[in-house]
Amino acid sequence: MNKILSKPESLKDNPLSYCPGCGHGIIHRLIAEAVDELGIREKTIAVAPVGCAVFAYDYFNFDTTEAPHGRPPAVATGIKRTNPDKIVFTYQGDGDLAAIGTAETIHCANRGENITVIFVNNANYGMTGGQMAPTTLIGQVTETTPFGRDPLREGYPVKVSELLANLEGTKYIERVTVFDAPHVIQAKKAIKKAFQNQVEGNGYSFIEVISHCPVDWGKTPLEAVKWVEEVFLKTFPLGVIKDTTK
Amino acid sequence: MAKITVNNNRCKGCGLCINACPKKCISFSDEINKIGYHYAVLKNEKDCIGCGFCYQMCPDVCIEVFR
Ligand SMILES: Cc1ncc(C[n+]2csc(CCOP(=O)(O)OP(=O)(O)O)c2C)c(N)n1
Ligand code: SF4
Ligand code: SF4
Ligand code: SF4
Repeated sequence: MNKILSKPESLKDNPLSYCPGCGHGIIHRLIAEAVDELGIREKTIAVAPVGCAVFAYDYFNFDTTEAPHGRPPAVATGIKRTNPDKIVFTYQGDGDLAAIGTAETIHCANRGENITVIFVNNANYGMTGGQMAPTTLIGQVTETTPFGRDPLREGYPVKVSELLANLEGTKYIERVTVFDAPHVIQAKKAIKKAFQNQVEGNGYSFIEVISHCPVDWGKTPLEAVKWVEEVFLKTFPLGVIKDTTK
Repeated sequence: MAKITVNNNRCKGCGLCINACPKKCISFSDEINKIGYHYAVLKNEKDCIGCGFCYQMCPDVCIEVFR
């Protein structure tokens, strides 16, 4: 028997600090596999966010820096413009990318920076204990919407992928998920394409990953992945939202 | 012929691999590992088809698949 699947080289041996069953670990592995397969580990630079992924530099086995509070797109812009031969990506949650750093997100996309953005949408602020995020679903109970999100009070879930698709600077946008193995395999394809685009100089690629946060959702890991399939995806349908690289 | 191995001391007992296995060949250990969880173990090696679904779903990258 041959070993056909194991930890990619682009992940360190360090244990991940995420809660049991958290989607972040799966997404880290997919990025690491894509980087390994494209042979770009030596020239990849990640920019980590504020949020549960704040310690990403402990997990990725390539250069990783940290730009808390929504600023990864600005820092990634600087890194990429001064080091155009490097492969630069940001890894950001919905609080970081779609609330705290909305301005940086939109202007980086609008400038069409040749970077890759991995956006982890888990419908709440994970690290801080499960407050409402811009992506929280209508009716979803969070720490700050104890009776469910009411659009008359808190507005509607922000669909960042669709918003960014309207900007001429963006080239490739796809929404994927990791609630079961076939979707994980699809998510990997999209993530790899988003890196491949950058290698080829195609411009700004954005992958929204619908992820699960069992602990702050008050669910078991199994209940959480089921909720993604049955509820979460109704508001955030999957698929390629924009692709001008073909 | 196929099998998986699980890195016991990384496993957080989330059960996503067990849920993903189409052949139902993984279950939880009776013992608790160093970090306090019942970890995943391959109970029925003869049923494993090496599909890798367990590997795909493991958030803690504990699983290796052999075929
Ligand atoms: C100035 C400031 N405001 C707020 C916070 C608290 N804070 C830490 S992480 C975070 C957002 C995390 O949510 P998200 O981006 O969705 O990532 P997740 O943890 O869910 O992966 C916030 C608001 C902070 N650390 N500093
Ligand atoms: S709080 Fe949620 S997103 Fe953060 S590590 Fe735990 S499960 Fe994952
Ligand atoms: S490789 Fe497939 S059949 Fe074997 S344990 Fe994993 S999920 Fe089950
Ligand atoms: S998916 Fe990974 S962490 Fe979860 S029970 Fe299985 S081996 Fe353990």
